[in-house]
Amino acid sequence: MTQALKPVIVGAGPAGIRAAQTLVAHGLRPIVIDESARWGGQIYRQTPGNFTRSSTQLYGFDARKADSVLSVMDSLLSKVDYRPNTLVWNAEGGQLDVLHEGHTSVVEYTDLIVATGATDRILPFKGWTLPGVFSMGGAQVAFKFQGCAIGQKVVFAGSGPLLYLVAYQYAKAGANVVAVIDSSHFSCQIKAVPALLNQPAVLAKGVYYLAWLKAHGIAIHHGATPIEVMGAQSVEQLIWRNSQGAHQIDCDAVATGYGLRSESQLADILGCKFVFSKADNSWIPQKDVAGRSTIQHVYLAGDGAGIQGADAAEWAGELAGLALIEDRQQKQQTNHATRSAELAKSLQKRVAFGRGLSIAFQDPQNWASKTTDDTVICRCEEITAGDIRQSAHATAAQDVNRLKAMCRVGMGRCQGRMCGPAAAVLLADCTHQSIEKVGRLRGQAPIKPIPFVQSPALKNIPSDTKEAT
Amino acid sequence: MSSSPLSCDVAIVGGGIVGCSAALALRKLGKSVILIERDLCGSRSSGVNYGGVRRQGRSLIQLPLAQRAHAIWAKLPELLGATCEYTRSGHLKIARSEADLASLIAYKEKTASFGLGLKIFTGHQLRELYPWLSERVVGGSLCAEDGHANPRLVSPAFARAASQAGAHLLERTQVIDIDHSNSNFTLKTSTGQFIKAPILLNCAGAWASFVAEKFNEAVPMVSAHPTMAVTEPLPVFMSLSLGVQGGGIYARQTQRGNCVIGGSRGFALDELRARPSREAIQLVLARSVELLPQLKHANIIRTWSGTEGYLPDHEPVIGPSRTTPGLFHGFGFAGAGFQIGPAVGEVLSELATQGQTSTPIDGFSISRFPRVLSSITTTLGDLP
Repeated sequence: MTQALKPVIVGAGPAGIRAAQTLVAHGLRPIVIDESARWGGQIYRQTPGNFTRSSTQLYGFDARKADSVLSVMDSLLSKVDYRPNTLVWNAEGGQLDVLHEGHTSVVEYTDLIVATGATDRILPFKGWTLPGVFSMGGAQVAFKFQGCAIGQKVVFAGSGPLLYLVAYQYAKAGANVVAVIDSSHFSCQIKAVPALLNQPAVLAKGVYYLAWLKAHGIAIHHGATPIEVMGAQSVEQLIWRNSQGAHQIDCDAVATGYGLRSESQLADILGCKFVFSKADNSWIPQKDVAGRSTIQHVYLAGDGAGIQGADAAEWAGELAGLALIEDRQQKQQTNHATRSAELAKSLQKRVAFGRGLSIAFQDPQNWASKTTDDTVICRCEEITAGDIRQSAHATAAQDVNRLKAMCRVGMGRCQGRMCGPAAAVLLADCTHQSIEKVGRLRGQAPIKPIPFVQSPALKNIPSDTKEAT
Repeated sequence: MSSSPLSCDVAIVGGGIVGCSAALALRKLGKSVILIERDLCGSRSSGVNYGGVRRQGRSLIQLPLAQRAHAIWAKLPELLGATCEYTRSGHLKIARSEADLASLIAYKEKTASFGLGLKIFTGHQLRELYPWLSERVVGGSLCAEDGHANPRLVSPAFARAASQAGAHLLERTQVIDIDHSNSNFTLKTSTGQFIKAPILLNCAGAWASFVAEKFNEAVPMVSAHPTMAVTEPLPVFMSLSLGVQGGGIYARQTQRGNCVIGGSRGFALDELRARPSREAIQLVLARSVELLPQLKHANIIRTWSGTEGYLPDHEPVIGPSRTTPGLFHGFGFAGAGFQIGPAVGEVLSELATQGQTSTPIDGFSISRFPRVLSSITTTLGDLP
């Protein structure tokens, strides 16, 4: 292995940490860039240093896994260059642009492992921008990071494994969970069992959460969809609907989300090729079994390149680390090959499990056609479903980038991270195309907003140019 | 796939603001039009440029075209059915030194006969009028009737207007070969279609060399890529479009409050795509704060670039081919084609139908370049 390698890992969740561990084990000293203040990612997010809740309180059944991942990183701190509170906002020519404490600088890499994780996939309903409505992940962050509940009377509405997990975590900690509103039908969850048995322990946890919630008298409604959140200043009621009709619940907070969405902007800016993933129902960066992207020496691991969950992220992180080592060595080591094959096999099983999840957890039926014109889709730019439909109709926009140009959906602060999937579903519906066909919003720097700061590293400034139009 | 050739009076290569406004003008003259666009109409430089609609600062030979365009912009709503955020906010060109201010005064005198209505202000006067300007501003020249518009709305709207007027737009279709025989052009497309027309308009922007070379009149055109950035929405403080004498940056604020700023150079990712460089982004940010101190606390939410064709004298090529009767060019606007684009479209429609135009275009002839050339189509970094 040459000394000149400068491996960089973006993200310090389970994928990034396992990747770092693997590289360190092979004598490398990677830079690990973490947007958060402490490692662990979203799933194993740590409390601020002076908090004293136990990992069992924080992570429940996953406490052992969390401890394992977190302590690995703890033991690596002297062997890696860990850079917390650091946002990667751009990449160009083998360098990452990072923002740390208001200043941008450049981090060079020869090899890059992108482990950027995921965020909530939102399907908006009327009133979702009222104070008191949180994304599912946001509700979990409030709980894990600060030990807060998002309200006194909380409704969990959406779909996906997080729905029951977060509801359980809240209820277990003593919060008042008023109801769980699951857009999937219970029959779908039964139907999914054979596929879910590919990860029996994970399935068992899911079944346990559901049973626990039921045993504690928490109302669980299947095949149910949130229609509107109402309230003068903040959430007061949620109207939801199932086959029996519309219902109303008093509540002061709603957590919503329909699974997760890969944070793939960095991969996009790096130039990675994207493929459409049926399991994710979205475009994701392409990778091989070991996590190699279509760009040489750029690897993808964890939920940033297709949602696979925390366990798979650990495997993928290690596998990507091994692939990096292998690609940089002249000859392959057999112990690597055995371990890589093992990890690849686990990941393969996770794919089958993922198929089960997409059967078990489904979007509300006909979400797009049932969403009313006055529902805000893009909260940054205040673009409604009606604006999108009208724009698609008037301008014949067929792809999401053109739609964005025409009506500003996805043009605000979040750059479509929140509204992108919903806008794609709506556009697909009103143009009678598939989600695949309407495409994906192009990634543009900065990945998240950056201030007008002057970097100390200004050089090679081109001379003045004449004014353009 | 192959089908029987489509015939029309005029074929247009390129669906930017020039090609689309030519298509619209030709339909109004009753001509049948097929326009071929590799991507979506108005999605390249015509749709992603800064959005300045200014006459001030243009060369004298461009001013007749710019004045003609000025009249077209005035009736944009009736032409396109939408205002596309076009506003005659005024264009203020700032001087950062006495020498720059002298240049602005000289420009005002030189262009007096065109009636641009330029007004010169001292730095002190400007800060009285526009308190948000920094102390670095020594003076400036205001063109009250210049302004700005939203290019990502304007250019596609020209395409839609042309289409509604009966022009046949073939989007996501590339011209892969062109042949001229028996007074007819035959265009072969990437979709296997053939298009026949006696008249061909080359409005292919930074990619127009392809057509010119086909007819043995290569031009020394290079591509360059502006660096553009936009802030999150801020309270509206500025309606003007701002330029700087001697270059540097340009800035405007949209109705929504976002400040669009541009300047410097980006780089080509490939033949079709470009991106701002990190140095350019930081340079543009630093220079913007220098002139507009209140941007100091703002955030940039997006950056982008485009691909623009530049000829050595930074003037476009507009007019008939010197090798092939029936071929007319309109390209190479050196990053400044948005405002004059609609007038160039009208001029091309006149050339196509009458062989002449009422607007002087002699300075833009392709014959100003030597005949034997090999074109450079891409360059990285700054212009020569």
